[in-house]
Amino acid sequence: MAKITFITADGSSRAVEGHTGSVMELAVSHGIPGIDGDCGGVCSCATCHVHVAPEDLDKTGQASEIEKDMLELADGADEFSRLCCQISLSEDLDGIQLRVAK
Amino acid sequence: MEALETSKLTCVVVGASHAGVNFAFALRKEGWQGQLILIDADPDLPYHRPPLSKTYLSQMEESSLSYLKAEETYARENIQLNLGRRVLSIDREARTIQLDDGTEQAYDKLVLATGASAWVPEVAGLEADMPVFSLRNAGDVRRIQVQIGKKTDQRAVIVGGGFIGLELAASLQNMGLRVTVLEREERVLSRVTAPDLSHYFQKLHQSNGVEILLNQELTRIQKTETGLLLKTKDGRGVEADLVVFGVGIRVNAQLAQQAGLDVSGGIAVDTSCRTEDDDIYAIGDCTLHFNRHYQRYLRLESVQNAVDQAKVAAAAILGKDVAYDAIPWFWSDQYDVKLQMVGLSQGFDRCVLRSEAEHSFSLWYFKAGQLLAVDAVNAAKAYVWGTKYLKSQAPLDPVKVGDLAVDYNSFLLLPESQANNSQIEV
Repeated sequence: MAKITFITADGSSRAVEGHTGSVMELAVSHGIPGIDGDCGGVCSCATCHVHVAPEDLDKTGQASEIEKDMLELADGADEFSRLCCQISLSEDLDGIQLRVAK
Repeated sequence: MEALETSKLTCVVVGASHAGVNFAFALRKEGWQGQLILIDADPDLPYHRPPLSKTYLSQMEESSLSYLKAEETYARENIQLNLGRRVLSIDREARTIQLDDGTEQAYDKLVLATGASAWVPEVAGLEADMPVFSLRNAGDVRRIQVQIGKKTDQRAVIVGGGFIGLELAASLQNMGLRVTVLEREERVLSRVTAPDLSHYFQKLHQSNGVEILLNQELTRIQKTETGLLLKTKDGRGVEADLVVFGVGIRVNAQLAQQAGLDVSGGIAVDTSCRTEDDDIYAIGDCTLHFNRHYQRYLRLESVQNAVDQAKVAAAAILGKDVAYDAIPWFWSDQYDVKLQMVGLSQGFDRCVLRSEAEHSFSLWYFKAGQLLAVDAVNAAKAYVWGTKYLKSQAPLDPVKVGDLAVDYNSFLLLPESQANNSQIEV
């Protein structure tokens, strides 16, 4: 089980827990605003953009090559950006903080 | 347009798939205070359709639907879900709809997100009890899965080599079935891509063991002692244990048509997704709209079109001055190949290949020097830059596009005088 905290565009934060699937699916299943996942999680739409808290980046890892390319279509992408459909839930992620991109 | 006072109004959405569901949530986001009701004949909580032909099918008993929104979020946004219900008719004068449980529902705004149905052509010999399927809904996939059961060495024939047909072929082949694709035209994907891409996908499937039969028009299906026999126009016979039709769709426009709306080629909408009736909007696969970028009427079957039209209709209903003006994009995953398409290539007079590797390349389509579309195969960077260039409408130099020594950010066509400083941010 991993507890993940999402900070949404209005500045509020919500901690949710999950153990399988992707972080995008976890966010959608809890109705986290700003995480749409329009393509269903196949790295095709760039609507699940999050900024990983810098201290948590070693847990999530960096964006893959295709993810980096797709992030160029997202606004405000930086070195902490991930498309969270590409982050698999695991216990290693417990406690991380993700800021939903605007 | 004036902002609408909505607290005493009712908005009814017919169709709860990508378009309808996204519309409902967008309408709340835009500030709709009144009642909001989503109706769909499909009993499943609304789900993503693209995975149906891919992971949902191939994971068999472990497969679970990928829901568009969590169930509790509908309640949180005060969106009423009325699933497993069919809408029979619209009374535009009374502003009511009639449902198949005999009830009537009044509306102030009605949104048709009725999508399309898989089309199964009339074929001689086809009987209801044959293992013959089509694929549009979760229920369709479950029926195919039941047919497959533990016998994953069955012979599957896919009729139609479009995206659904080829995605199905890849999934079934990966599951161990012996797959044949029967295509009526001289190439697969003939309606949706240019010849170069058709040939690539044909070879991709053949190298994965799928048999592709082109120029084959199915004329008859008959039962044999061991399964089914499919006869084609030129006399060929193909044996099958199961058959899936992927020959296209028919727009679900009956409701709109019966209500007297213009449905030639799709439910006609203006740039704000409104039909000729001020209180009825239509969004998604079922609509026909005039596309500004390509200066022609289009009916698009895609997640992009569904989501973007949903947002436009929601804003328009709340009185915002919006216009649907999106560049179409699309994707397809087959085996380990990701195809990403942006723009529409129809009508191109020049196609430039940018080849990074055998399984990583992009095709750039031009008409009279103007970029029309980019198809990218395992080349997300080409897709991303194609999108940027299409949005900017800046003229490109096709020679640079095809030259791997030139970076994606340096494709602009420049006068000679600026040629030494050709790197420009788009």
